[in-house]
Amino acid sequence: MAKTPLQFRHNGRDVAIFVDGGTNLLVALRELIGDMTPKFGCGQGGCGTCSVLIDGELHLSCLTLAETVAGRSIETLDGIKDGPNLHPLQRAFADNFAAQCGYCTPGMLMAAKALLDRNPQPSRAEVIEAISGNICRCTGYEPIINAVLAAASGGRARA
Amino acid sequence: MTRHRGRGIASVNYPIGMNLGGDPSQALVHSNPSGKFTVALSSIDLGQGMKSVTRQICAETLGVPVEDVYVDTADSDTGPHCMGSFASRGTHRVGNAVMAAAREARGVMMEAAAEELEVNAADLETDGRGNIHVKGAPHRSISTKDVAIAAQFKQGKTISGRGIFLVPLSDVDPETGEMSPATCYAHACLVAEVEVDDETGEVDMVRMDSAYELGRALNPRLVEQQLVGGAWMGVSHALYETPEPYYPDPVHGPRDFVEYLMPGPGDICPHDIAVLERPAPDGPFGAKGPGEMCANPVLPAVANAIFNAVGVRIDDLPITPEKVLRAIKAQGGARPQARR
Repeated sequence: MAKTPLQFRHNGRDVAIFVDGGTNLLVALRELIGDMTPKFGCGQGGCGTCSVLIDGELHLSCLTLAETVAGRSIETLDGIKDGPNLHPLQRAFADNFAAQCGYCTPGMLMAAKALLDRNPQPSRAEVIEAISGNICRCTGYEPIINAVLAAASGGRARA
Repeated sequence: MTRHRGRGIASVNYPIGMNLGGDPSQALVHSNPSGKFTVALSSIDLGQGMKSVTRQICAETLGVPVEDVYVDTADSDTGPHCMGSFASRGTHRVGNAVMAAAREARGVMMEAAAEELEVNAADLETDGRGNIHVKGAPHRSISTKDVAIAAQFKQGKTISGRGIFLVPLSDVDPETGEMSPATCYAHACLVAEVEVDDETGEVDMVRMDSAYELGRALNPRLVEQQLVGGAWMGVSHALYETPEPYYPDPVHGPRDFVEYLMPGPGDICPHDIAVLERPAPDGPFGAKGPGEMCANPVLPAVANAIFNAVGVRIDDLPITPEKVLRAIKAQGGARPQARR
């Protein structure tokens, strides 16, 4: 079957790839672009670890057809740090012990970033709502919620 | 419809590691000429903090800064043997092996330093900041880096050590049936408070209060993250997840995370934890290990809390709304027990 040419922005950089019809965005990012930060968890939209931002909005890349992002801007965990400097959310996750095995962490960070980008001072309930599509086996969520709240209150002070 | 509050308690006497086969783990420690040390292990860090805690144990035993130690768990084919990361054995078993290896490596390091400083090794001490000096005479000093260079290029010594921890295998006494299945025990007690809906059978966690006695907490923040996260694995086992909901019939088994349920961030409740430190005589720097014990007391405490709330005793996990509701119907309604 003929492949489709596809162009979009990936973490601020223009990329062009050829995809098979039906390829999902997660596979395109991981296998064609080589960005391994969105993880494959369930492949059914149930776990949230493949979360990316499309034009600033949180999406599950495993349920997004690659062809639908033509001309749009994709942001993944790979793009959120500023050179060698961690994003305030990444720093807060480390300081608050919000990662153990780390498999949910990329999705948690992207869900949290989507929240803070539109709501810099969220309440605890809003943080819970924002990460409610993401499953974590290890942490019991509490350290993750605390990390997002810490980044919200302290991130700008550091930046 | 009424929502009933109930409180349940459970205590755990938890053996660290296991007896089977002596439960051995090995560790190898060596320096390279930069004066940095590598710990080779086959024990895997699953996120529980094995690398951090063995790094601390090695640095403390060697007397060098923790930054100068790297823990390599890369390959169980080429690394020294380990039984595995399970049974809460990591900190205790692997930690003891690392300590033995680091002690041997320290012996060689001090001999090499003694040769350079032309003194007796017994008169030397480490300052924990990367230097070795004569006791009482800090100016008679050499850096661990210079010792490592001298050992490598001048003295022909390998600053290295081997360590193994092996529990003497305990057989069952044929007369009494007695045996010693573990060398030390950790302890925990947890109180769970739940709310049970007698119309839907749903159980909500309201709060948890717990106390854990786990030897010395070598890294208190890692211990805390284990206890916080592990409790929710316990809640998940108690109330949510199972691959075989109608065991042994596999029909209606979960196929994905929509059907295989786990608590989400909206299901959690406050959890107050007290950590009691009673150093274990045979633990590395007195440590036992939190490990599996973080999840264990939660299950019976939740089951007891449900009984306290509505008077039904469910002994089949997970305690799903269906089971609670069937049990409440079978006894003709909720029967709240005396509040404890």
